Amino acid sequence: MTATPVAPPPAPAAGGGARPRRRRRTRLQLLTTTDRVVLAVMVAVPALIVLCIVWLPTLGTVLLSFTGWNGIGGLDRVNFVGTDNYEAITTSYPPFWTAIRNNVLWLAVFFLVATPLGMFLAVLLDRDLKGSWFYRSSIYLPVVLSLALAGFIWQLIYSRDQGLLNVVLGLEGSDRVDWYGDPSVNIWAVLVAASWRHVGYIMLLYLAGLKSVDLALKEAAAMDGASETRTFFSVVFPTLAPINVVVLVITVIESLRAFDLVWVVNKGRNGLELLSALVTANIVGEASLVGFGSAIATILFAIAMVFVVPYLGSILREERR
Amino acid sequence: MPTHPRPAALPSRLPDLHALQSAFARRSLLRGAGAVGAVGALSACGSDDAGGGGDGEATTLGSRFGDEVPRAAEDAVIAAFTEASGIEVTPNVQDNETFQESINSYLQGNPDDVFTWFAGFRGRFFDDQGLVGDLTDVWTDIEDGFTPAFKEASSNGDKQILVPVLNYPWAVFYRKSLFEENGYTVPETRDDLIALCEQVQADGLVPFAFGDADGWPAMGTFDILNMRLNGYDFHISLMAGDEDWDGDEVRAVFEEWATLLPFHQEDPVGRTWQDAAASLLQKESAMYILGMFVGEQFPEGEERDDLDFFTFPALDDEIGNGALDAPIDGYMMVADPQDEAAAKDFLRFLGSKEAGELFLAENPNNIAAHLEADTSGYSALQQKAAELIGSAENIAQFLDRDTRPDFASTIVIPALQKFLQDPEDIDGVLTDLQAGKERLFVEEG
Repeated sequence: MTATPVAPPPAPAAGGGARPRRRRRTRLQLLTTTDRVVLAVMVAVPALIVLCIVWLPTLGTVLLSFTGWNGIGGLDRVNFVGTDNYEAITTSYPPFWTAIRNNVLWLAVFFLVATPLGMFLAVLLDRDLKGSWFYRSSIYLPVVLSLALAGFIWQLIYSRDQGLLNVVLGLEGSDRVDWYGDPSVNIWAVLVAASWRHVGYIMLLYLAGLKSVDLALKEAAAMDGASETRTFFSVVFPTLAPINVVVLVITVIESLRAFDLVWVVNKGRNGLELLSALVTANIVGEASLVGFGSAIATILFAIAMVFVVPYLGSILREERR
Repeated sequence: MPTHPRPAALPSRLPDLHALQSAFARRSLLRGAGAVGAVGALSACGSDDAGGGGDGEATTLGSRFGDEVPRAAEDAVIAAFTEASGIEVTPNVQDNETFQESINSYLQGNPDDVFTWFAGFRGRFFDDQGLVGDLTDVWTDIEDGFTPAFKEASSNGDKQILVPVLNYPWAVFYRKSLFEENGYTVPETRDDLIALCEQVQADGLVPFAFGDADGWPAMGTFDILNMRLNGYDFHISLMAGDEDWDGDEVRAVFEEWATLLPFHQEDPVGRTWQDAAASLLQKESAMYILGMFVGEQFPEGEERDDLDFFTFPALDDEIGNGALDAPIDGYMMVADPQDEAAAKDFLRFLGSKEAGELFLAENPNNIAAHLEADTSGYSALQQKAAELIGSAENIAQFLDRDTRPDFASTIVIPALQKFLQDPEDIDGVLTDLQAGKERLFVEEG
């Protein structure tokens, strides 16, 4: 499995940044050799760790994607096959294009429905309503449920023969919808379940952000006669820019990483193909097509990079400013 | 790949993710333990590397029997062996799914001397990779207990690699009481079968229960149709990658299947085999093509005793109905055991009549592989299964054990599910299967 680099949230400004002036002028003299060694170690060790546990395996995966290795034996059993894996994936491996479509669909639904809904709920619950703790914890609950349990809960709802949904809709006999088995329907069914979790996650992030908005700003806007909506879009939303970026990145990464729900339902087959599930199905277990699975993982990594690189670029630009 | 989840305590869709995590967890745990040298704390996770003294004193066993029932049976076998020989056996038990999922890394890491596995291609594959030990000399001592078909299934070329313990047949299961109530008779020919299906439908029931959410149950239907239409030999060479999947023979199988599909429960791909078995239990369906583990879903007593089966009727008189799937479970030895003498003694015992009987004591959905095992404790169903397997002309091991595991899980399952969703598009299904076969069955360097 490749590690998709998860973008770090923007670090809070360290130590308030208000260092006494005279010290700054004499800083160089104050740094003893010990300090420098300590500093060097503090930079080198995390860098080394990131290199070893993120970038080396990533590079290994990319290299393996050009082989036909089956996971058995050492390096002497690795045979290079050039771009054969990539050709096979794009030409004679039907699940791949379905998976690409589903990942894009996943991203679209999260971006257009689940994330705005999470923000909306956060704004609603940000007012101190009576019992808002209850609503907050109810909406956040799906996020903390174990996935096997979440999968099981939705199984009870979606099951064709004994499921809640078909009973509530009053469908009988062959009118019943096979929510998880029918490939034209099941991706939407799973997306509802996935959004159910994602909404709670985004809501919590956003609530934390809203807490930090200065009340004076809202009051000033109200004094100027701005409506609630206007206040939110013109004043609150812009001040939440850092959180908005984090939410956006998390939405993208969650969509690319989406795996667990479809795996629990049917191992990511029959209409629920996702890139991550294809990687797992090919590498893990007895199939052990390490080379072929690595090629899919590399494609997934490349797609993730398309989104992550501009984000990192903007972060770095901000820092320089 | 998840194969027949025998004996399944839970719906097999639940532990998958957990299994995946614990497979990784165990792997890293072992690595960490190796670094710290905390061998004592992990005596259950493989043996320590303090020199493989092959002096026949102790051995270790990697088992996939995490469920209660087979666990108890295996413990009884170990106790009996230790009592008889004085050799200690340290079991290292995982749940079935985890063990199968992580078999590759397990065998290459720090495996136990003896481990649970399957006959057929699925075992030979690991022998070809040089990961399992040669049991030919063990077989010279236990040979008399098994039929030639079992020996063949346990061999790779002329070397034996597996000691068979249990097996069970795939057949058409039905409830005797339902057949009596409605005056149905067991079909002898294809015409009988079609007539019966039409009669069942006229009575407002479903002829065949069917669920393929896990992907493997439909393989049983494919296997039996292929063996009935094209014969056992074609089936096995197709599995071995020596035949084309887009030829007329396989096309005929799918065409026949498309004819029978309207007699099956609708929307099979969203239904687990357990739910399909429930419809047989509740007399909503008349028949079910499945392995004998269908009995797990029937409460012990009256209902389980009501269960009966017949072998799928001949579809071609030339070929007859002498072939069936009857997967064999057994034990293998790793290529480089810590204590080879003890491991082989243990395997000899596992291949004995006593071991076979101990395994069966707790296990009503299997039959013993050993010829001389005492069958007086068998239920009527087990007796019948033993007769069926004993009289079978050819025994296949089930699709996912007769072919490459990667082909079965990443190509066949999606193709069969595609066919079940859209039986009209046989061409597309055959194209997928053939393309996958050409990609995976290449000469390995």
